[in-house]
Amino acid sequence: MDSNLKWKAIFILAVVVICLYGLFGFPSFPTSWAQVTGNFQNRMQLGLDLRGGSHLVLQVQVQEAVTNHTDQIYDALQDQLHKQNITTGEIRELNGTQILIRNVPPASTGALQALVQNQFPDFTMSQAAGEQNGFLLTMRASVIADIEQQTMDQSLETIRRRISGLGLKEPNVAPTGRGQDEILVELPGEGDPTRAKQIIQAGGQLKFQLVLDDNPYPSEAAALATHGGVLPLGSELIPGKIESAGGQSGGQGWYLLNRSPVVTGADLRHATPGPDGNQPGFYQVNFSVSNEAAKRLGPFTGANVGHRMAVVLDGQVQSDPVIEAQINDQGYIEGNFTQQQAEDLSEILNAGALPASIRYLEERTIGPSLGADSIREGVQASVASLIAVWIFLVVYYRLSGINAVVALLLNLVILIAFMAISGSTLTLPGIAGVVLTIGMGVDSNVLVFERIREELRNGKANASAVDVGFDKAFLTIIDTHITTLVSAAFLFLFGSGPVKGFAITLTIGLLANLFTSVYVSRVIFDWHLSRMNREAELSI
Amino acid sequence: MEFFHEPKIDWMGKAKYFATLSLCLLLIGAVAAIRHHGLHYGIDFKGGTMVIVRFSSAPPIGRIRSALDAAGLKNNEVTSSSDISNANSRNDVMIRVEQNGEGEDALNAAKQTILTALEKNFGTPSSSKPDFNAVAVPDLANYLTRRDPLLLQTSAGDRYTQLAQALIAARDRDHGGILTNFNQLNGVEGANSAVIAALNDGFSLNTFSVLNAQVVGPTVGAQLRRQAILATLYALAGMLIYVAFRFEWIYGSAAVIAVFHDVLITLGFFCLFYDKFEISLTVIAALLTLVGYSMNDTIVIFDRVRENLRLMRREPLPVIINRSINQTLSRTILTSGLTFLTVFLLFVFGGQVLRSFSFAMVVGVVIGTYSSFGIAAPIVVIWNKWRGQGATVPVASSAEKRAEKRLATARR
Repeated sequence: MDSNLKWKAIFILAVVVICLYGLFGFPSFPTSWAQVTGNFQNRMQLGLDLRGGSHLVLQVQVQEAVTNHTDQIYDALQDQLHKQNITTGEIRELNGTQILIRNVPPASTGALQALVQNQFPDFTMSQAAGEQNGFLLTMRASVIADIEQQTMDQSLETIRRRISGLGLKEPNVAPTGRGQDEILVELPGEGDPTRAKQIIQAGGQLKFQLVLDDNPYPSEAAALATHGGVLPLGSELIPGKIESAGGQSGGQGWYLLNRSPVVTGADLRHATPGPDGNQPGFYQVNFSVSNEAAKRLGPFTGANVGHRMAVVLDGQVQSDPVIEAQINDQGYIEGNFTQQQAEDLSEILNAGALPASIRYLEERTIGPSLGADSIREGVQASVASLIAVWIFLVVYYRLSGINAVVALLLNLVILIAFMAISGSTLTLPGIAGVVLTIGMGVDSNVLVFERIREELRNGKANASAVDVGFDKAFLTIIDTHITTLVSAAFLFLFGSGPVKGFAITLTIGLLANLFTSVYVSRVIFDWHLSRMNREAELSI
Repeated sequence: MEFFHEPKIDWMGKAKYFATLSLCLLLIGAVAAIRHHGLHYGIDFKGGTMVIVRFSSAPPIGRIRSALDAAGLKNNEVTSSSDISNANSRNDVMIRVEQNGEGEDALNAAKQTILTALEKNFGTPSSSKPDFNAVAVPDLANYLTRRDPLLLQTSAGDRYTQLAQALIAARDRDHGGILTNFNQLNGVEGANSAVIAALNDGFSLNTFSVLNAQVVGPTVGAQLRRQAILATLYALAGMLIYVAFRFEWIYGSAAVIAVFHDVLITLGFFCLFYDKFEISLTVIAALLTLVGYSMNDTIVIFDRVRENLRLMRREPLPVIINRSINQTLSRTILTSGLTFLTVFLLFVFGGQVLRSFSFAMVVGVVIGTYSSFGIAAPIVVIWNKWRGQGATVPVASSAEKRAEKRLATARR
């Protein structure tokens, strides 16, 4: 063997060893067959369509957070106008991002302008169209983008924390491509995502508010009637279940509460489920609040002993216990929970509230048995067809056919190893990519072999037939591969999840194929030629 | 071994027949499409709810339908989805509900309604125990740890997790995901009679199990559809530019037209078998595969044409193209034959999930091979005839032409 050939062979061997090591050698060098298969299963990441699990796409209603901000500004603005004695006509929120102020006296215009500039820099002020002395405050686009981004980041964080409480193996929470407001949640092995969905979707907005009127009203109208048609300043009506004497719930009622909460979910330090002290068989959620909140809660409860305090969760009064003594940093939420409900609620409270509500856009659940079925059938069919192709190649091209078989096998090993090492996920469309790769691998070999046969028929000697055959076929192979690579690149750039998976597998497969069918196959031919008799017939 | 030795077939002389054949195929597809009011989109692209349920015995399709009707899901579609290559799947049923009312929330509700209706009619009556056929490993492991049937107490470690894994694996692998009796778990390692008694105590066995549930909102469906079409068109444009650069623009256009032709005819076949196959994201992957395959096939022939044009400068273009097709015929038959074999095996044995995919491939491989000599090559010939230069055309690639021009300038 000449030294050039030897180096090429060593290079190929090195590639094979690296690939095999990448496939089977991690995380620790295997010493038993079980470790080999274990390592392989660890390295090979299967998509949810192959191993079973739930795939959820949800949309964060980011505009809600923007509207919330406008709401706050709206309240603060009225407050400030009142303080600075600027009288205006009606003030109204137009949509989530604009506030209209009508009939501003010309004398106050300057003061209003200064107020907006100094206190509300998130908004720009302009003359409202069609309004005499009317002004329009519009939220700056950069502020909107910031709020949306923050809302997304916070939602991602919160959902991640909530999911991690479920104790699943390798859940995945990531923003997904289609818009600026969508999140992909993947839960491997989760047969029924209903519970996970509820936990993700729960608002988790917790507030403790002082109850103003001890008895809840049967309807909103009844509450209004009691107070002469207008609610007292700084109060609000919140619905909730009425607890009757025996701890049985007695239908829906309306509670009149102090609008500003004493403590909110953000003040919680930790929440844990525990048995309900008052209702045997039921569960409650015990919590502790941060030191800072305890400084507020202690004096407040001390001053309001004998009054009731409502626990409001996502706009519903859960309970309204009487404050019996000063509470410093401990408390509980009861609501006739089952153990599971109490566990879930603790999880949700610990993870924090969602900054905006979410909606589900897409949900796919592949049962584990279907996943197992598709792997088995897909692999069986692929192996069967691969073997059929190999047998045919050997029958048709004899010894050279073995060369093609080696090249194809190596192609497959490199492809799988590269996917394993780079942490790419194998999905069903990915298998499609593998099929096309094998097809093109066969094609490259056939192209070369047919060319060599042609040259042999034209009377060329073995060595030069192989030489010319490879040279001529190389141009074609390059053209076909680059064309397909170009299309794979576009599919990767513009495609969505499954199409991307296809493009990745295809790209790696094509590159591997260029290496095996051109380089490796050539080395094997050269090695064979260097050993055989010059006059003998080439087995092709 | 060799099938044939450079045949002398006049391919370009048969261009008329090819055109007729293609038109017929396109027409059949178009008629089928019109008859069914367009393509059969799966819920991936249309939005809707799909649930595949495996029953433990022959599924009462009529009763399922009436149960769904009673639950208020009027536009439901219940079909058996068994698969000849998978013995476990003989009792599988696919339930599809189209969008019922507005918005994404209605869809989530539809899935719940289906499951509740099934539970009511086919679940274990008056049992509050969880269904073992639906339980996942962590929950089962929790239950076993709590019950401790092996009396391991604190030394249990992850023994119960392993046991739960083994039990679930036995359920899914050996019994197709559905048990009818807990004694079927007798052979599982570590599952003695105490374990089985504990399972019997804590779980019920529903006569059905959900294999696959998909809910796709209408907006996502529309987005996915648009994105798939755009990605494909961009990919085609990219290939057109590359081929035009390597050959001449007419070659690029001919190749892209041929590929387009293949996709249309394959979609036509999907319309023809409207009830059997639907267009899902996986089918899009198959169409992309076929685009790549057909392009590959066309380029191999064009490559030979380019080479022969240099060798046979005096011959007319149709002769050169015929010769090129004949020279590469052996390779074409081999590659297509082997690829066909692969996708055909995938079609028969690849299972239900891959069925639509492999159907597209089976049709696509045949059409893709045919279009290279039946469509792409004749387009080049006809174009050159139309330009009135049918005899000798200088078909060097544009890159080579530039090189020649540079050379000429240099000489000057």
